[in-house]
Amino acid sequence: MTSLLIIIVLVLLGIAIWQLTKIFHLTQVGTAGANDANSEIANDRDNNVNGYVMFAFLGFIYVFTIYSLYKWGHLVLGTPASEHGPQYDNLMAISMWLIFIVQTITQFLLHYFAFKYRGKEGKTAFYYADNDKLEFIWTIIPVIVLAGLILYGLYAWTNIMFIDEQKKDTVFVEVYAKQFSWEVRYAGEDGVLGKANVRYIEGVNTLGVDMSDPNAQDDIQSTELHLPKGKQVVFKFRSQDVLHSAYFPHFRAQMNVVPGMVTEFAFTPTITTDEMRQDPKIVNKVAHINEIRSKKSAELVAEGKTPLDPYTFDYLLLCNKICGASHYNMQMKVVVEDDADFKKWLSGKEKLSAAVKKAKEEAAAAAAAPEAEAAPAKPADSATAAKPDSTVVVAQVVKK
Amino acid sequence: MSAVGHEEHGHHDAHDHHDHHHKETFITKYIFSIDHKMIAKQYLITGIIMGVVGIVMSLLFRMQIAWPEESFTIFKVLLGEKFAPGGVMKNDIYLALVTIHGTIMVFFVLTAGLSGTFSNLLIPLQIGARDMASGFMNMISYWLFFLSSVIMIISLFVEAGPASAGWTIYPPLSALPQAIGGSGAGMTLWLVSMAIFIASSLMGSLNYVVTVINLRTKGMSMTRLPLTIWAFFITAVIGIVSFPVLLSAALLLIFDRSFGTSFYLSDIFISGEVLHYQGGSPVLFEHLFWFLGHPEVYIVILPAMGLVSEIMASNARKPIFGYRAMIASILAIAFLSTIVWGHHMFISGMNPFLGSVFTFTTLLIAIPSAVKAFNWITTLWRGNLQLNPAMLFSIGFVSTFITGGLTGIILGDSTLDINVHDTYFVIAHFHLVMGISALYGMFAGIYHWYPKMFGTMLNKNLGYIHFWVTAVCAYGVFFPMHFIGMAGLPRRYYTNTAFPLFDDLADVNVLITMFAIVGAAFQLVFLWNFFYSIFKGKKAPQNPWRSTTLEWTTPVEHIHGNWPGEIPEVFRWPYDYSKPGHDEDFVPQTVPMKEGEEQLHH
Repeated sequence: MTSLLIIIVLVLLGIAIWQLTKIFHLTQVGTAGANDANSEIANDRDNNVNGYVMFAFLGFIYVFTIYSLYKWGHLVLGTPASEHGPQYDNLMAISMWLIFIVQTITQFLLHYFAFKYRGKEGKTAFYYADNDKLEFIWTIIPVIVLAGLILYGLYAWTNIMFIDEQKKDTVFVEVYAKQFSWEVRYAGEDGVLGKANVRYIEGVNTLGVDMSDPNAQDDIQSTELHLPKGKQVVFKFRSQDVLHSAYFPHFRAQMNVVPGMVTEFAFTPTITTDEMRQDPKIVNKVAHINEIRSKKSAELVAEGKTPLDPYTFDYLLLCNKICGASHYNMQMKVVVEDDADFKKWLSGKEKLSAAVKKAKEEAAAAAAAPEAEAAPAKPADSATAAKPDSTVVVAQVVKK
Repeated sequence: MSAVGHEEHGHHDAHDHHDHHHKETFITKYIFSIDHKMIAKQYLITGIIMGVVGIVMSLLFRMQIAWPEESFTIFKVLLGEKFAPGGVMKNDIYLALVTIHGTIMVFFVLTAGLSGTFSNLLIPLQIGARDMASGFMNMISYWLFFLSSVIMIISLFVEAGPASAGWTIYPPLSALPQAIGGSGAGMTLWLVSMAIFIASSLMGSLNYVVTVINLRTKGMSMTRLPLTIWAFFITAVIGIVSFPVLLSAALLLIFDRSFGTSFYLSDIFISGEVLHYQGGSPVLFEHLFWFLGHPEVYIVILPAMGLVSEIMASNARKPIFGYRAMIASILAIAFLSTIVWGHHMFISGMNPFLGSVFTFTTLLIAIPSAVKAFNWITTLWRGNLQLNPAMLFSIGFVSTFITGGLTGIILGDSTLDINVHDTYFVIAHFHLVMGISALYGMFAGIYHWYPKMFGTMLNKNLGYIHFWVTAVCAYGVFFPMHFIGMAGLPRRYYTNTAFPLFDDLADVNVLITMFAIVGAAFQLVFLWNFFYSIFKGKKAPQNPWRSTTLEWTTPVEHIHGNWPGEIPEVFRWPYDYSKPGHDEDFVPQTVPMKEGEEQLHH
């Protein structure tokens, strides 16, 4: 079926080329002799035709821009869910406006001039080699505009990247990356994350936490990231194998995760998951996506396959730095909730020290036979798992 | 060696004599040629072949994104049962295609194919030299390039797949075969190929610099050089400054891979075991890579800018507007290009203060770029535009350069980069500003200097079709990418189906792929035109575009040494188009100033 389609497309293309050549040829009837090399140099007819097409192309650029904004404008990320988000979006909006204005004007001038001054036999161009005043103007205008943008940008950058770890009620979370999943570790009651190194990885201690460190005793490990609304969260990122990038698009936050070092980022979530699900833009988006999914499900069912789950909105953490074969499915669900809910959820989690102790006892009971090396934590079990477990594919690829 | 540039001594007759006695065999003329014009053609044709490979790869992975995990016969044919079992592309092969597409297009097509071709062709011809300073080194430069191309192609046939860590080959992914299959033999070949490529590029660049400085003909002062030469000259200088850094980066990576050193690796646990590496940092590699990587994009775009400036002036029948400002902006861009690499690393874990510095230097680049764009537009104003295909591509270049360049304001701003970093927004930006623009520059150059290279004319109607379809499709492919990027869609994802969040982007991706397929199909028109016209094209006149520069004073038939008689002397700048007081609308550089004629530019 697809190959047939491709063949049809190719045939149609061939016909299109053939017809286009004919059109261009027709515009030249009666001009220079066919064998004359000059016939391959633009003449008045060519200048005319292409001048008009230039003008039409300007129209194409404008129409396509407007069409894109209308058709795809809603795809752009909506309400930011972090404290610094609105500032980010504001700077983005200013830059975008600037870009659209400059784009509209310069493309107009370029294509309009190409149309207006299309060549004509006997016409003479205006000898105009330079003009200091003009050049000064279009040097100084970008200088001023960019100075404004740079200042605003640097102001926002410093605000975002400056992390005040002493701030009251700050939550410290370690986000740990590995091919191809995320894990998190909370600092626990003491608010300090225990030391860690990949060399401590053993059994349930998949993050390589140094269990002899007193600060590590109350650390809590999880495969789902929960964040309290309204509190600053300081993230400490670690990777055990290759570069990853922790990308939280809804929070306007991203930081690379680098093996051998700890990177940091901090933001304050301002909208809980439940609140975000009520956001009109998100409501529309989810409805639209579910429409697409139900259509697809119908097709799948017709083919005798399992249908897709309906989609509910969740914040996500994505990997955004090429990290291997299953890079495309390295994700974790992020839940933002009220402080009380967050505390409740956290207290329901087992402490790492307890888990390690239990695992050791079990191991002893089972008489030696150490647990399978670092049982890989499955990718976050969010409602998003539309695909079968991709880690299976990975294993084949890597262990060749 | 007849290819000498010692014309200052004035022994031209003896020189010609020598030429006639010098019998050229097939091998010395077409294969191991030391004639810069032949080497230019060799670069061009190798570049075009690599370009076809690179573009076909992009189509393959675009098809996978648009129709994820579907079976295609073409995958079966091109990728085979191993890389595409049952015609479904495997996920690591997707990454391999992305990686090699990037590598080939950036280095082999747009660096060697563009700069290599036109620097070789135009530097001696436009400055009035009989050949490059060292024809022999020039020949070696080409053959090293050829060798590196062959090795890169061979790497595609390695069992575990070619390099697949992205064209930026960030370690540890590129260092550990356990992390991805392509980081085994495939990556070794990639590194070997690139090391040879760097040697080739350096030899070429040194040659260009020496030739421009030493072999200019009488009267050809630096401020009478065509802007093409200025662009090639400065490009060569940044190449010399930055490529060696990539070589050392690659060398250290080879050490880490093969000899167990820890320059880039530390604390790694993979495949169930802890590796011995300790103390290295991947961020160091990022710094070294982008110290070349960023100037590299200017190595790609500056020659295109030079070609476009020249073609635009010639076809507008007008002097380029602001000649000195154009040179100054080339110099400014070149200088700034070496101190902005950190804008690729805002969120790499680098000190945020450094991010501020790089934001500042990066946004400064917008100033010379804006000056150039406005000067091109003003060059069109009140011209007598001859809309040859080369001219159309030049105008197209300015259009895509503006569209792509403007989004640089967003990506160069560390704050805004946070959320669009590594998304499709970046893909849209750099493909428009340096991919498509540089390709347009290259096409413009080919259409314009084809008569000089092959002595025949390209078919203009096929050229028009080629341009207009390409122009529409280029925007069709890359404009929508801004939107899916701002929706948060990361690049280098094998499929987006793992995220229901992105389900509403699927139809955009299909549209993009459609445009890509059509656009690529119409490149066949160009290929046909190119190869057919070499043999069957109409014979070119000596100066078809009525240009002022020196290359059009040479005979159509190529001779070793370029000019049959004496080397012409230069009396004026290269942009005396439509100068008042002359009968013709162009005054070649070889025409002395009339009595009382004034220089109307400064």
